[in-house]
Amino acid sequence: MEFSSITETLKTIRSKKISVEELSNIFIKRIKDSKNLNAFIYFNEEDIIEQSRKIDKLSNNLSLKGIPLAIKDLFCTKNMPTTAGSKILSNFHPTYESFVTQKLIDQGSVFVGKANCDEFAMGSSTTTSFFGNTINPVSPKGKQLVPGGSSGGSAAAVAAKLCLGATGTDTGGSIRQPASFCGVVGIKPTYGLCSRWGIVAFASSLDQAGIFANSIEDASILMKEVAGYDSNDSTSAKIRIPDYYKNLNQDVAGKIIGVPKEYTLPGISDEINNVWEEAIKLFEKGGAKIKKISLPRTKYALPAYYIIAPAEASSNLARYDGVKYGFRSNENNSLDEMYELTRSEGFGKEVKRRILIGTYVLSAGYYDAYYLKAQKVRKLIADDFTLAFKDCDFIMTPTTPSQAFQIGEKEEDPIKMYLNDIFTVPASLAGIPGISIPFGKSKEKLPLGIQLLSKHFDEQTILNAGLYLEKNNE
Amino acid sequence: MNNLIKGTKFEWETIIGLEIHAQVKSNSKLFSSSSTKFGSKPNSQVSLVDAAMPGMLPVINEFCVKQAIKTGIGLKAKINQYSVFDRKNYFYADLPQGYQISQYKYPIVGEGVVTIDFNNGESKDIRIVRLHLEQDAGKSLHDQNPVKTYVDLNRSGVALMEIVSEPDLRSAEEAALYITKLRSILMYLDVCDGNMQEGSLRADVNISVRKPGENYGTRCEIKNLNSIKFIKQAIEFEAKRQIGILEKGGEIEQNTLLFDSLISKTRPMRNKEEAHDYRYFPDPDLLPLKIEDSLIQSLVKEIPELPDERKKRYINDFHLSNYDSSVLTSEKQTSDYFDKVLESDNDLKGSAKLVANWITSELFAILNKHDLDIHQSPISPEHLGILIKLIISDKISGKIAKEVFEEMFQSKESPEKIVKEKDLIQVTDTKEIEIIIEKILNDNQDKVREYKEGKIKLLGFFVGQAMKESMGKANPKKLNQILLNKLR
Amino acid sequence: MKIDKNTTLKIAKLCRLRIEERETEELSSQLSSILDWVEQLNEVNTDNVEPLSNVSTAELPLRKDIENSEDKSKDILINAPEKLENYFVVPKVVE
Ligand SMILES: [Mg+2]
Ligand SMILES: [Zn+2]
Repeated sequence: MEFSSITETLKTIRSKKISVEELSNIFIKRIKDSKNLNAFIYFNEEDIIEQSRKIDKLSNNLSLKGIPLAIKDLFCTKNMPTTAGSKILSNFHPTYESFVTQKLIDQGSVFVGKANCDEFAMGSSTTTSFFGNTINPVSPKGKQLVPGGSSGGSAAAVAAKLCLGATGTDTGGSIRQPASFCGVVGIKPTYGLCSRWGIVAFASSLDQAGIFANSIEDASILMKEVAGYDSNDSTSAKIRIPDYYKNLNQDVAGKIIGVPKEYTLPGISDEINNVWEEAIKLFEKGGAKIKKISLPRTKYALPAYYIIAPAEASSNLARYDGVKYGFRSNENNSLDEMYELTRSEGFGKEVKRRILIGTYVLSAGYYDAYYLKAQKVRKLIADDFTLAFKDCDFIMTPTTPSQAFQIGEKEEDPIKMYLNDIFTVPASLAGIPGISIPFGKSKEKLPLGIQLLSKHFDEQTILNAGLYLEKNNE
Repeated sequence: MNNLIKGTKFEWETIIGLEIHAQVKSNSKLFSSSSTKFGSKPNSQVSLVDAAMPGMLPVINEFCVKQAIKTGIGLKAKINQYSVFDRKNYFYADLPQGYQISQYKYPIVGEGVVTIDFNNGESKDIRIVRLHLEQDAGKSLHDQNPVKTYVDLNRSGVALMEIVSEPDLRSAEEAALYITKLRSILMYLDVCDGNMQEGSLRADVNISVRKPGENYGTRCEIKNLNSIKFIKQAIEFEAKRQIGILEKGGEIEQNTLLFDSLISKTRPMRNKEEAHDYRYFPDPDLLPLKIEDSLIQSLVKEIPELPDERKKRYINDFHLSNYDSSVLTSEKQTSDYFDKVLESDNDLKGSAKLVANWITSELFAILNKHDLDIHQSPISPEHLGILIKLIISDKISGKIAKEVFEEMFQSKESPEKIVKEKDLIQVTDTKEIEIIIEKILNDNQDKVREYKEGKIKLLGFFVGQAMKESMGKANPKKLNQILLNKLR
Repeated sequence: MKIDKNTTLKIAKLCRLRIEERETEELSSQLSSILDWVEQLNEVNTDNVEPLSNVSTAELPLRKDIENSEDKSKDILINAPEKLENYFVVPKVVE
């Protein structure tokens, strides 16, 4: 048994061919054999076994019974520490379970560990984690590639089959980009579809939980479990959650696919554009119609994002002050000194940089010029999508402007690093759902991804289109 | 009214605006379900949200929104049907989130007015700029340990209404009248318990001085005053301090001050945040608050009769003086008590002035002496009504009534029972009084002679003796009449 | 926008970050270039555009005023770096 898909594994468990405990042991071995990837911040064999034994006694009808999942270390978990990849939370033990992970627990899944991520989800490489870099499992011999970020540990764990699915969070591309780099499916749902309750906040108006899986089918199964209204999240959507898996339908005949001209950027390698071209042809073969569309403000999404997200982050991260939980600097003669030393020692470089930017753009005299301006541009970007969806069923673009790069490659220039999110950020600003599906390979045989975007709460459309792409990909 | 303060060189006018923080009388906090109970064990009424645990999110309390709207209606203010919650960012030990959720650009309530009443019957309108909802912070204890501060988050997240006035106040007295009136309105509306000692009502005082007719001077803010006495003292001290500086040719430094009640002085806060830069921005965890017209209309129906309306009613319907009406209506409980006395017997309606006097003199005095609130009074409004009815129907004299009143306070018995048991019914029978008077005149024949010779001052002596003989029960009017007749 | 060292230090103070002297230069130039880069937003005409704070079109949900007076202080204090008799403890604050 390969145990590489949720659908197949569920069948095996339900038919009692293998117990949850036995299955978990297989995954424990895989994780231990892949320690070099550093996909996990927290991994505890005994805890996994204990979970498994309990789950073995539960009903066979649970929709995720025994399915091993990795949890991005941004989700607060009662039985495992939660660090957000930061020194400042390195000793934090939540007494509560996030809404999303609680739902996954309720369906009988096994949490194999807390997946590594960029510190407070700020990054596109999982190199800003206090707990070291995660290595992309597709790295060729002698090279260490980044898995992307910020949910790099989750993407790597799924790609290396250390689990059958994983949770992630996506603020500007943190699920879609690593999914593309690692060659797995990654979904950022509509803003508000999954509760943010119990997820360490980065930028509240953009943060959205989502999932990684090895196929569209698996992703559809997970999607149904993580979505749902939560009265404790004031931005949570009160909508009926469809059975995405049951509704899967790969017929794309007659669908109109928007291809935005602004996503063809100078300086982007031909292989990215070629793969995009191939995907277009494949859809046409299935009877879909391609429509050239325009999202004129695309260019401004990234700079708007890099004002809005740091601004919200600077406020969201003010609570990490050494008073109530987490790391506190030893030397402190006054409250202010304690704050400053705790935060300076507790936060990494990129987090500090973003807090500074965020503080600056909100400060007196600059609010209108930066923050308010960015929010207005955000409105225009959202309007661009609304208008575009009048002419098409969904939009197709590349997920990333490049293949996975080497660790350390873009470290010295923050803006160069920020450009990784150029194709993913516009959808984040608009709050619409996006999927990255592995499609094509670079010249170096590294995975690439295609991004599909649809209207608010229309995840089904892009899951269906994704299924078509996946099934017809050779 | 002249409120000018004489300095050594000039006369000065004090310009005062108040920011009142009134705690909403809710069971749970503004954004969490923790209890708002006062005086609980430290950190026992703190939820994950109030402690700003990672990933926690605010959900607003509907009741607090309604109370803010009701208050807005009570302040004759504009209710804003679109308002926004903002984050006010600053670091402090008892501010767990590192920001306070407040309202900045779009408050829930706009401009309104509070009318203050002076003793001489005049009144003045104080304009309200706005009212907004916000979270309270926790409490820091600085004096428990020489090198540590202790933090209790029980108050963290409690709902406050911040009510901001225009700088329309001109003296400590006006400020006191304003906060008294505002407190009264809040308590009539039942939106705040008005308990200043427990911090349910606190004031920040913005104060500056100027020569009459000139532009506003630089102002200072005195933070967090929790008694009317302190507010008055702080204003008086601070106005003089500023005048002293200006008359010496100095300049006022814009500052945040604390009031030290032990020495009745203000001083600058020592940990001034170098740059007050709160970086307000809309809280992305909360959507804008939209209020339907229908909600406002239904809350308008819940608004009780407010002090100004009651006062008008007392003046118009009962012909009470402006002063009496003000005194009675300033506390809702007093006013309710007065209304209950009058409602207890229709015959009392014509004697409202007498009822008012009994409440504001006798009842207030005895409650004060025993340190009781009017709602704790052992004498019920019904019993007081009966007592006053006994007076106006000539059953007992005013003097006897006072005795009965004392007895009612001690025993909580009805006045009728006390009067009957002690046989205190007034003697109005002419024959009976004549017998008493004849006895007195007989016993004091020399004095009768002196009286008849012109020493008419002795009349008082005869009245006193006769009253004593009747054990105080003789109807004074009758007694006087008969006595005069006999002595003629 | 050119961010000088003083501005960097002022901003750092505001968000309670202590910046070492040797970091100040590099940080100032990084902040400057990030701000320069985001200023391309000025090319966009945003006259009469409403700022978008949250994409959610839902109504703000209102909670009933039901209190939970259960003592949660154990959970609240369990992660505290310093505590005493149910209080959080911090270095002395002078008011
Ligand atoms: Mg104030
Ligand atoms: Zn306030």
